[in-house]
Amino acid sequence: MKDFEYVAPRTLREAISLLAEKGERARILAGGTDLLVQLRGRRFELDRVVDIKHIPELDELSFGPRRGLRIGAAVSCGRLYDNPEVVERYPGLIDSASIIGGVQIQGRATFGGNLCNASPSGDAIPSLIVHGAVAEIAGPNGKRTMPVAEFCTGPGQSVLQPGEILVALQVPPPRKFSGGHYLRFIPRNEMDIAVVGAGAYVELADRKRVFKTVRIALAAVAPTPLVAAEAAETLVGRQVSDEEAIAEAAEVARAAARPISDMRGPADFRRHLVGVLTARALKGAVARARGQFVPNAVQDPEHADAPLPVRRPEAAG
Amino acid sequence: MSKIHVQTKINGEDTEFLCEPRQSLLEVLREELGFTGSKEGCNDGNCGACSVIVDGTLINSCLVLAVEAQGTEIITVEGLAGPEGLHPLQQKFLEHAALQCGICTPGFLVAAKALLDKNPDPTEHQVRHWLAGNLCRCTGYDKIVRAVLDAAQVMREETAAAG
Repeated sequence: MKDFEYVAPRTLREAISLLAEKGERARILAGGTDLLVQLRGRRFELDRVVDIKHIPELDELSFGPRRGLRIGAAVSCGRLYDNPEVVERYPGLIDSASIIGGVQIQGRATFGGNLCNASPSGDAIPSLIVHGAVAEIAGPNGKRTMPVAEFCTGPGQSVLQPGEILVALQVPPPRKFSGGHYLRFIPRNEMDIAVVGAGAYVELADRKRVFKTVRIALAAVAPTPLVAAEAAETLVGRQVSDEEAIAEAAEVARAAARPISDMRGPADFRRHLVGVLTARALKGAVARARGQFVPNAVQDPEHADAPLPVRRPEAAG
Repeated sequence: MSKIHVQTKINGEDTEFLCEPRQSLLEVLREELGFTGSKEGCNDGNCGACSVIVDGTLINSCLVLAVEAQGTEIITVEGLAGPEGLHPLQQKFLEHAALQCGICTPGFLVAAKALLDKNPDPTEHQVRHWLAGNLCRCTGYDKIVRAVLDAAQVMREETAAAG
């Protein structure tokens, strides 16, 4: 790895100017699980690495019943599933947090970094999209917001302009009778990159029997995470018990996918997976919206009551 | 590039070192400080052989810059055994023959310690999930999982007896 300068600013303002000063020759270090691997692989060379973990608003993880969940850009996946409030209110986000790499990676990797890395296969992005998350961005020209659904513009490309920093992800508070679920296909149980991923979020009405709001987003089947809006729309007003309706939505999602063939799988296989995973993600989201237990990777499917390997609650303050 | 002064606590002892920004924590632990228990396997976060605990969080030391360790407390495999002897995990790895070539073992031990610190009574599923970031090419994992579950039980009994 080539030498570079390391800076750890304490304020957002300072971070923006340190970043903007060097243009393409500076990058942000959050968890480092992508950046350090890319640097070591000589994907690019840098003059400066800007560590954002000491900036309070980027390190913040907080929930309020009105404003929802705020995930600072430097908050690790592990901090999400170690937070009982997040585990209880946003199990769909925990699905993603608990499958990105192994526990060691999750101790460092952030949702913010997963989003900014803008890989089509990023496991956090479909979950953030279906939960209606908004990205807060700060740069030399001030602050702006952008729905996560519009954040990625191509493989490794995003709306971030030179000198701009992702500050936080803002997720709306959970609505009544809502649920989310994300799952992916990989040829092993853990530690792999999604061949296809599917996230779903639903809100139910009429005593939890009818789809009121539905959102579906897919990973690894287009140059960016893909919102399957048409597929979601077909379900609105239909019964959650209507297997045909779910199969139909899965088919529409399958048709919307634009996968490539690569070493992880041929395009036809990926399209097939979109159908299977979309249906499963929808059913998981419905089950959660109805108050049923759907395990994520940190939970033992056969022992719903077994203690989570959850860290002791963070000390106050 | 000038070197940066870093102050940490490693296995309970105050430790200072000088490093270049590009150096990983693993490199400094092994080559500057002599903590060679942490192994370099893949150097890209896949194998877990370099696992250490930083401020209570299990991480791959190959994917942390040494300068990031400023002000932290680090536990490496060298910090597991106490004056009274091996850590129960180490003892159970021996009893269950949970190692062959041994390169992955320090990483597994540190990872397993991090699990039991959080959850003294994990199910087999939880042990397997937790250790997914540690690769072993010799044992097929079964003996490792059994050793961790057995150590967990011994540690729970010790805690109960002490309490």
